[in-house]
Amino acid sequence: MSENESIKISTKNVNLYYGENHALKDINLDIKTNKITAFIGPSGCGKSTFLKSLNRMNDLIPGCRITGQFLLDGEDIYVPGVDTNLLRRRIGMVFQKPNPFPMSIYDNIAYGPRVHGIKGKAKLDRIVEESLIGAAVFDEVKDRLHKSALSLSGGQQQRICIARAIAVQPEVILMDEPTSALDPVSTLKIEELMNTLKEKYTVAIVTHNMQQATRISDYTAFFLVGEMVEYAKTEELFSRPQDKRTEDYITGRFG
Amino acid sequence: MRNSFDHKLIQLNNDLIRMGGMIEEAIASAITALRENDAELARKVVKNDRFVDDEEKNIESQCLSIILREQPVARDLRKVSAALKMVTDMERIADNAADIAEISIIADVSALMHILNEIKTMSEKVITMVSHAVDSFVNTDMQLANDTIKADDEVDELFISIRNKIVQLIKDEACSGDVAVDALMIVKYLERIADHAVNICEWVEFFETGEYKNTQII
Amino acid sequence: MEKPVINSLTKKRRRVSDIVLKVLIFTSAAIVVALTLGMIIYIVVKGMEGLSWNFLSTPAFSYPYENYGVLGNIVNTLYLVVITLLVATPIGVGAAIYLTEYAKQGRLTRIIEFTTETLAGIPSIIYGLFGSVFFYNIFKVNYSILTGALTLSIMVLPTIIRTTQEAIKTVPLGYREGSIGLGAPKWHMIRTVVLPSCIDGILTSVILSIGRIVGESAALIFTAGIAADFNFDSIADIFTKVMNQGGSLTVQLYQYAQRGGSEMKYAFSTALVLLITVLIINICAKLVAYRIRKKRSV
Repeated sequence: MSENESIKISTKNVNLYYGENHALKDINLDIKTNKITAFIGPSGCGKSTFLKSLNRMNDLIPGCRITGQFLLDGEDIYVPGVDTNLLRRRIGMVFQKPNPFPMSIYDNIAYGPRVHGIKGKAKLDRIVEESLIGAAVFDEVKDRLHKSALSLSGGQQQRICIARAIAVQPEVILMDEPTSALDPVSTLKIEELMNTLKEKYTVAIVTHNMQQATRISDYTAFFLVGEMVEYAKTEELFSRPQDKRTEDYITGRFG
Repeated sequence: MRNSFDHKLIQLNNDLIRMGGMIEEAIASAITALRENDAELARKVVKNDRFVDDEEKNIESQCLSIILREQPVARDLRKVSAALKMVTDMERIADNAADIAEISIIADVSALMHILNEIKTMSEKVITMVSHAVDSFVNTDMQLANDTIKADDEVDELFISIRNKIVQLIKDEACSGDVAVDALMIVKYLERIADHAVNICEWVEFFETGEYKNTQII
Repeated sequence: MEKPVINSLTKKRRRVSDIVLKVLIFTSAAIVVALTLGMIIYIVVKGMEGLSWNFLSTPAFSYPYENYGVLGNIVNTLYLVVITLLVATPIGVGAAIYLTEYAKQGRLTRIIEFTTETLAGIPSIIYGLFGSVFFYNIFKVNYSILTGALTLSIMVLPTIIRTTQEAIKTVPLGYREGSIGLGAPKWHMIRTVVLPSCIDGILTSVILSIGRIVGESAALIFTAGIAADFNFDSIADIFTKVMNQGGSLTVQLYQYAQRGGSEMKYAFSTALVLLITVLIINICAKLVAYRIRKKRSV
């Protein structure tokens, strides 16, 4: 890996337990700035768990214990005194199922900025418009900003969720299988969008779809039963995996 | 897991082996036709080149179908793309064998009796190289591939030595210019075939490592 | 036995057990419908006899005793409903939020939930007994609408808490994650995402509570009393009334029925008024729910 790429998030010896279950084992991984990093692996391998631990969404799960370091721009995000609300503003998240709030499109996008104390119609109007443009959904919804976000199609809803995430101007966007509930055309639109997103943001994505990982990501990490087996440039990992287990998984000869 | 895909890869291997057999036979027959002045056999070699072309297209279409339907990655991707590249070399080998056969039809090289044996020795080495090249791919045998690449030096030496003999024959006016040029072309074709065999071996290396001629191309 | 034709799409084979079951189900449904309709028709027919404008506009038992009416009771009932809901809804919803969102899930919450459920099963007369003693010590009044309403509040709290809890639990995880993921503090998330999503559930609990309040008599005899005067001479009376006795419609019904004889018809009229009151209150609640839902889905 070339040296001139800066590191946005660095994890060192991360271990995560759900009660007795050792869900992540010694994960050391550097997520590069303005790159798309994909996490792949079979169900239950810990990739989603790892993704969620990057902005401490795992805090919501009772019995979840984490050791090791997560450094965001060199700052540990798990030390006491960290403002998780601020952290989640800097590291936003898009979920598997499009989850717009049951309110208008406008209020959905303005939700985050309002949480963080931005007031004033003009200011919010601007943020809403910019975010919708940034998420490539503005033209489709500009005439019905005050209609319910739930009236949109699944693909549009997911882009609304992306717009909602970028409205708080995060530095990193985590995506947990963002297209698994969408049809192929919507999926392509979102993949296309991710390519433009990485110009401004650092993106980490969990995906079950290996073709998707090869299409969109710059780096890929392969997880297996809580371990990170291999982490490399996407082209390298999908053409010359170093580990037999990676090879078996990506060529479909797993298990 | 992926039984149908694995089956397709086995099918691909088998077809490559079959095509390998076809081109080995083409070289051997061309040289036999040359030595025994058997125009009938030579014409057969020329005619059979069409079947090798068909086999090439068949393998290419299999590879493209696998890429389309199975979206191979890693080892599978390298295997399919290597196969796709090496059938071109195999087809060229068959072309060169047909070229030798064509020369043997029009030219009477019996005057060159004493270099014909050396041509035979050279052709045997070349056939072994081709056979080993295809085997090394089919069995993923890097050692065999490397040995085959090294064997090319011997073929090159033989080429130089035969060429020098032909030059000497011209100087001695022991044969006509036509015959000398034809003989030179035949050994040149053999030398080219050996080069194609080396190419195949280099694709074997790519299949194993992702490197082609010492450059990481994937 | 004949071999069944399994590949025919049109010849449906009917099994005996299917038919028997179907008949049983239809019979049960018919019994329920017949009972409900029968009861309503019976009450309407019997109630119409004594129902008149005079009956609706006269407070009961005003001197001389020939005056029969329910005006005072209607007002008292409305007072009870409003005050009880004003007290019980915020407390119930608050408790539900605490139990589902904040309390650490474990033995304590299980005990609290078990207690709430048990509370819901306690006979109302016991609430009445408790309320009359407990609130007497606070207000030093034997009977008052406020005492009645507070007693009823305790009584409907379990309903509100449980129903709201269930509603909160059905709010999709996605909404919570979405909100938290944007950096919203927990209370902000609850206020902006969770509560609006379970407004339906809260309204359901309110409607259920209204049913219980309007239908309650045993707990009220000890606490709100039986008087049914209608004295609104000044605006202040609107407020002082809560410290006065106030018999509800059901209590009045009980009294008419107890005296029997010619007054029996007034018991049925009261029942009719009670039914209509419940109907109107429920329709209003549904309308409110509809308005809220419409406003939210824009």
